[in-house]
Amino acid sequence: MRHAALKVQFDSLEQQHEASRLGLWLFLATEYLFFGGLFLAYTVYHLLYPQAFAEAGKHTNLLCGSINAALLLTSGLTMSLGVAAIRRGASDISALWIGLTILLALAFLGVKGAEYADDIHKHLVPGSAFALSQVPSAQIFFYLYWLMTALHALHVIAGVGFMLIVLWLAKRGKFSPQYHSPVEFAGIYWGFVDVIWIFLYPLLYLLDRHT
Amino acid sequence: MNFPLFPPAASTIAPQTDLLFIVLVAVSALVLAVIFIPTIYFLIKYRRGRRVDRRMPELPSFKIEVTWTLITLVIFLGLYAWASEVYLKIETPPADALELNVVGKQWMWKIEHPEGISEIDQLHIPIGQNVKLILASQDVIHSFFIPAFRVKEDVVPGRYTTEWFCATEPGTYHLFCSQYCGANHAQMIGQVIAMDPAAYQRWLTQKSPGVTLAQRGAKLFRDLGCSGCHMGNSIVHAPRLEGLYGKPVPLANGQVVVADDTYIRDCILTPQLRVPGGYPPVMPTFQGHVTEDELFQLTAYIKSLATATVEGGQP
Amino acid sequence: MNALQEKLAVEIPAEDYLHCEHGLKSWLLTKDHKRIGLLYLFSILFFFALAAFAAAMMRAELLTPKGDLLIPTDYNKMFTMHGVLMVWFFLIPSIPGVLGNFILPLMLGARDLAFPRLNLLSWYLFIIGGFMALHAIVIGGVDTGWTFYTPYSTTYSNTHVVEMAAGVFVAGFSSILTGLNFIITIHKMRAPGLTWFRLPLFVWSMYSTSLILVLATPVLAMTLTLMAVERIWHVGIFNPALGGDPVLFQHLFWFYSHPAVYIMILPGMGVASEIVTCFSRKKIFGYEFVAFSSIAIALLGFLVWGHHMFVSSMSAYAGAVFSLMSFLVAVPSAIKVFNWTMTLYKGSISLDTPMIYLLGFIALFAIGGLTGIFLACLAEDVHLHDTYFVIAHFHYIMVGGMVTTFMAGLHYWWPKITGRMYPEKLGQLAALILFGGFNLTFFPQYILGFLGMPRRYHAYPPEFQIYNVLSTAGASILAIGYLMPAFYLVWSLRNGKRAGPNPWGATGLEWKTSSPPPKHNFHETPVVTEDAYNYPPLID
Repeated sequence: MRHAALKVQFDSLEQQHEASRLGLWLFLATEYLFFGGLFLAYTVYHLLYPQAFAEAGKHTNLLCGSINAALLLTSGLTMSLGVAAIRRGASDISALWIGLTILLALAFLGVKGAEYADDIHKHLVPGSAFALSQVPSAQIFFYLYWLMTALHALHVIAGVGFMLIVLWLAKRGKFSPQYHSPVEFAGIYWGFVDVIWIFLYPLLYLLDRHT
Repeated sequence: MNFPLFPPAASTIAPQTDLLFIVLVAVSALVLAVIFIPTIYFLIKYRRGRRVDRRMPELPSFKIEVTWTLITLVIFLGLYAWASEVYLKIETPPADALELNVVGKQWMWKIEHPEGISEIDQLHIPIGQNVKLILASQDVIHSFFIPAFRVKEDVVPGRYTTEWFCATEPGTYHLFCSQYCGANHAQMIGQVIAMDPAAYQRWLTQKSPGVTLAQRGAKLFRDLGCSGCHMGNSIVHAPRLEGLYGKPVPLANGQVVVADDTYIRDCILTPQLRVPGGYPPVMPTFQGHVTEDELFQLTAYIKSLATATVEGGQP
Repeated sequence: MNALQEKLAVEIPAEDYLHCEHGLKSWLLTKDHKRIGLLYLFSILFFFALAAFAAAMMRAELLTPKGDLLIPTDYNKMFTMHGVLMVWFFLIPSIPGVLGNFILPLMLGARDLAFPRLNLLSWYLFIIGGFMALHAIVIGGVDTGWTFYTPYSTTYSNTHVVEMAAGVFVAGFSSILTGLNFIITIHKMRAPGLTWFRLPLFVWSMYSTSLILVLATPVLAMTLTLMAVERIWHVGIFNPALGGDPVLFQHLFWFYSHPAVYIMILPGMGVASEIVTCFSRKKIFGYEFVAFSSIAIALLGFLVWGHHMFVSSMSAYAGAVFSLMSFLVAVPSAIKVFNWTMTLYKGSISLDTPMIYLLGFIALFAIGGLTGIFLACLAEDVHLHDTYFVIAHFHYIMVGGMVTTFMAGLHYWWPKITGRMYPEKLGQLAALILFGGFNLTFFPQYILGFLGMPRRYHAYPPEFQIYNVLSTAGASILAIGYLMPAFYLVWSLRNGKRAGPNPWGATGLEWKTSSPPPKHNFHETPVVTEDAYNYPPLID
């Protein structure tokens, strides 16, 4: 008797789960390469214009960035707890942890939105009204800041969407210790979102702050 | 019917790259023969339906694989080494080269001789003399290609690139822009006119406008207000430019750079970037206020000050 | 019910995949890899036709030295359209999307790919990207060239660059998802007994291709994003006025676009291995070497991008490194050519249409590959870069290499896909016409390049005319070589001789099921006990 969730092209749930997990890791590899282009550009220009980057880096909002780092890392913990719970079959507890993760992610987005508003108010947007135009190439730093954080935020939103679906399925009792692949996958994806932030945070907020 | 196979070879480098080309053709023909002849032979001998001995002998296939891999690798590495050696020659301009400035912009070439002559889409040069072009773009990426000399180099906005050659045959040769640059890319062509040294001298004298590039630069230097800070008595503590060109400059951040064409260009366009040590970072930027040919004029003027000494009091 | 039917608890219909369901919805919402392969076939042929039209316009213009057919901007839009559509909407999806999708699960003994719905999504992304590109063309086109070099594309061009880039961006995700699907399928869904070293070499090629699809395409996505953002908001990292570096764009662009050319040729090499073995009735010479060469090409292909930039003002020492790597990446390709040739030795060779295409492929790929060596030579590239020599080189590989093997594979697997045979004599004739027309079109371009004719020129000095005329003449013959199969393959759908499961007598799991196959490919999951290409010994 085939399990309800077993697709026709697979021979066993185990094969299906392994294939899906390998697929997700491979997809995340492409995501890392996608961000990689931006990290490469950052590296190149940081090496070319160290002073401009140091000066520009002082103007990012360290408080917001740090709060967001704390929120995101905590959400990584809550998501792991959610996955652990579903492995034990504790669907309701898992739903609570996933819900908390979603709230933390939304808080991250809220702080980010407020930070963006503040950045715009301070004219830290590259363009004709750029506040630091006397520092040549500071625009490049802020161009990368906006692009990297916006792209990351889009992935946070996608992650929230993913988690909402998983939450809905958990509440409907679709998961069990034998089958809970979507929860695991949401967890792995969320881990990627975290890792990108772990690199963005020091590059954009902690650069040369000690000077 | 004319079937040209070789462009004119009119530089010192051309025979070297042409020899490489011929060897490459020969090696390719050899490799193709090694593939095609056995292939055709096998197609005929082992055609389906032919009665022929098809028992497969015990072939040392690993040894065969390694052998043809190694032979291929050795040939390739030989070609690589040879081509790289010639390439380093192409990319290393000799120190004694006559320097000419070239500005590429959509869709024309402007060549500036130090004697003050400006040419549009034409480049007059003497044969037997190393010539180095300093290339600047006013807008997009172009490329200065002279097929007869077998050289080209991209002309990239925001920096200087260089290209050198030594012409060997008098004649008129094609000049092409070979990096797509927009609508009239195919019209951004011209001629390189290589002349006997005597004829070149006569041409220089004949065409000379009486004002050298450096003199035009001197006028611009005053008109733009540079002399206000950099010359004579000034309340602004700005570096003196006499004797500067070609010398090392210690920067405020501790690095030491050589005051070459690129450094001078950077100072005029992005003065905050590499401030010389001991000076306040107060020089305004001239980005958007000077064209690439004007930058060449200013650089020519500053170069002409290389042997001058400071007049007036200020150190 | 047999064991498999029991397992599936469904009934497998007796009709094949083409006839088991009817109606537009059954095609547009299909999850069957075979139908998706056909959807790709129709779509890529459409884009090929458009891009070929652009090429026809270009070759017509180039008949005369003066620019008298098209205004310069329109010519520039033609070569841009030709490049963008051919690269992203024909060459890259062709063998993977059509033959890979159709044949790969069959070769593995699987019922479908690992992620059928993702496969359908891939096709829809391809179509959406294609529509966006078409839209960009229809509202006025793009004139940056398929390479989108900055700052022309970001600041100076007055054409619909962002719309076109967006279309390519979306199509890129189609590539990534297809590659992902293939990798997982090959890892996780091989039939019992089908170990890695028993896999047909087509699978090794598709695996290597998929590695590149998955790892290189995201970099293209980011590069196009950076270019589009700079163009829209006028701030960016490629603008020299802001301290940006236009050459950084070239590094990012070619980091993807060089591996992209291996995406195009590796599947063709896979097809070549299948055909040379079947039509010599012999196993491949040097199986492990050919298999590992595919992987080597995929990996080394990531390390050579700078060879497109030798005269871009990149440092000469960086150039030396990229040149060395370019020579190294040519070695595995050479190994393959030697192995295919040795496979003919003591074989029983039949010159059916796929084999004629294959032989043409070996010749044209060898010539194209050798001219790549010319370009890898730094000193020679200074002269040849951005001339027609480069155009000839890559057309020998892409058309002479990839399109020829695509035709070969299409003819080889045609009976499996449609259940019909194509007319053999017409097939052989078309293959020969294609070979002849191709050489006449592109060989003169090597000479033009060496003489110094630059690329992307719609007008040229008169001494170049003779070779341009020969090239255009060749293009007309080439067109016939393409049109003939279009007609007789369609004709064969109704009138071709019906094919049995294995009309060629070939090895491989795809030949162990009916032609056309049933919806879920096999009535019973095959078990593999032999190596690939295990033809019986040839004794007279």
